[in-house]
Amino acid sequence: MNNGANNRRAAVTSAGSGLAGQISDLFWRKPVILLLLMLTPPLLWLGVVYIGSLLALLAQSFFSIDEFSGLINYQLTLKTYAELLIPANLDIILRTVSMAAIVTLASVIVAFPVAFYAARYARGRWKALFYLGVMLPLWSSYLVKIYAWKLILAKEGILNWFFELTHLKWLLDAYLAIPLIGGNSLSVSYTGTFLVFLYVWLPFMVLPMQAALERVPANFLEASSDLGATPWQTFRNVLLPLALPGVIAGSIFTFSLTLGDYIIPQIIGSSRLFIGQAVYSHQGTAGNIPLAAAFTVVPVVIMGFYLWMAKRKGAFDAL
Amino acid sequence: MRSDHETRAPMALKIAAACGLLFMHVPILLIFVYAFTTEDKTFQWPPPGYTLKWFAVAWNRPDVWSALQLSLKVASISTIVAMVLGTLCAAAVSRSKFFGREAISLLVILPIALPGIITGIALRSAFNIADIPFSVWTIVLGHATFCVVVVYNNAVARFRRLSGSLVEASMDLGANGFQTFRHVVLPNIATSLLAGGMLAFALSFDEVIVTTLTAGQQATLPIWMLEELVRPRQRPVTNVVAMIVVLVTFLPILAAYYLTRDGDQVAGQGK
Repeated sequence: MNNGANNRRAAVTSAGSGLAGQISDLFWRKPVILLLLMLTPPLLWLGVVYIGSLLALLAQSFFSIDEFSGLINYQLTLKTYAELLIPANLDIILRTVSMAAIVTLASVIVAFPVAFYAARYARGRWKALFYLGVMLPLWSSYLVKIYAWKLILAKEGILNWFFELTHLKWLLDAYLAIPLIGGNSLSVSYTGTFLVFLYVWLPFMVLPMQAALERVPANFLEASSDLGATPWQTFRNVLLPLALPGVIAGSIFTFSLTLGDYIIPQIIGSSRLFIGQAVYSHQGTAGNIPLAAAFTVVPVVIMGFYLWMAKRKGAFDAL
Repeated sequence: MRSDHETRAPMALKIAAACGLLFMHVPILLIFVYAFTTEDKTFQWPPPGYTLKWFAVAWNRPDVWSALQLSLKVASISTIVAMVLGTLCAAAVSRSKFFGREAISLLVILPIALPGIITGIALRSAFNIADIPFSVWTIVLGHATFCVVVVYNNAVARFRRLSGSLVEASMDLGANGFQTFRHVVLPNIATSLLAGGMLAFALSFDEVIVTTLTAGQQATLPIWMLEELVRPRQRPVTNVVAMIVVLVTFLPILAAYYLTRDGDQVAGQGK
């Protein structure tokens, strides 16, 4: 350390007096102490308590449950993971992942016009309106949003009323007769589950998409159309590749949130389980913590893989 | 082509954007209508009549009040904890470069990046292992963990814009570290802290997935809602509570928006 810096420090420290002054002098001379003091509480909380709990959960997935006594057998084994691969459990995983993929795809399609309009055409008052128009549904109560769909999809609710009114009831009935996506009514079908997922996670897709679209220079689009591209070609070859990081960033949310949710499919949907419900029921009444823990590893692995792909595509710059 | 008047949006885009916004808002507005319906057995649409009766019924329900009270308590404590931890983290990360700085950002984001059920189960099994009985404090522990990130995000953005020369000027003028923090740093980051705190409050007030796993017998308002959703007892009361929850969460969000809207005008950001 050179002399000038020492002099400057001496000049600064001489200003301090009393205990507070001395402590702040100490922090100035040894910034590491201040840094440690600032980092200790959050690190104790998040690094020790939270990460510790996660690791303890992970460790339990390597135990197994004794089929006869129902007690946990504390011996390291991969038996519980093998149980994930039996057809019933594999079905749950596949069902959840396909739902997450479809919800993500649909939310890209629905979110794009909103994000594009807000990013490129909305100005001033309209811009603020669009921003709040996405923020308010994003932050409004998750359960209330699900409840709203229970009202909408109910047998005597607004959707059925609308179909009756427009004499299109046969269309709804025909749709419900389709094997996989239909059911007795919309509120107990996969379609119902899908609609609620789409509704609840949509704002999480709009915001990063809008952020990415705002960074696309307007003259790129003009240049493209000046060079003779049709609007579709401009969209396909210029806009979409440039907006892709935002789309991926949004899809991280929609995908991850769908993978881990257990309340939406419990309230609206067929009674077939999703990963979250499986975790919840295994840890609860069944008391099979090892299998519940192994189930939680599935979304973590999927998301880890997903994030790794996203990072390679540069999605994190759009967050 | 339409390159010469590019400020005019194509009609199809306008319609699609409007439909998207409507899709996001109409379901919530429906709840407002249902809160006034006279029908109390089914979700009949359109409502056969309108009444204010259910507001009085909901007002006289002790279970609603105690759930609301618990939610407010948990959200307040979690917000305070999150504000302290989040600000400390943000200050540490933005004022110096150190080994593991990236890891800290990741650590803060992890509780909301991982599905809520994982955080919930992990904490629940940890409580079981450590023999900690479920209480208000176990709920708070869960909530504060994922609330840190919103405070952190808001504070880090503001710290980044806060010029270091302001702090140096304050020190040069003879203020010690605490005085500088109190009179220079705090006024500059106050609005972003307040905004972060409000978002944390809203996040905690609404949380249900982690709460179901970290609460014992206590019911927060979302847990009360969830029970009504699974086993409805008195639907009109649920409607009224749902509407009030929407209104109550809108206020902090609007306030947070207005607080951070002019955030670009931080003193000394020109350097």
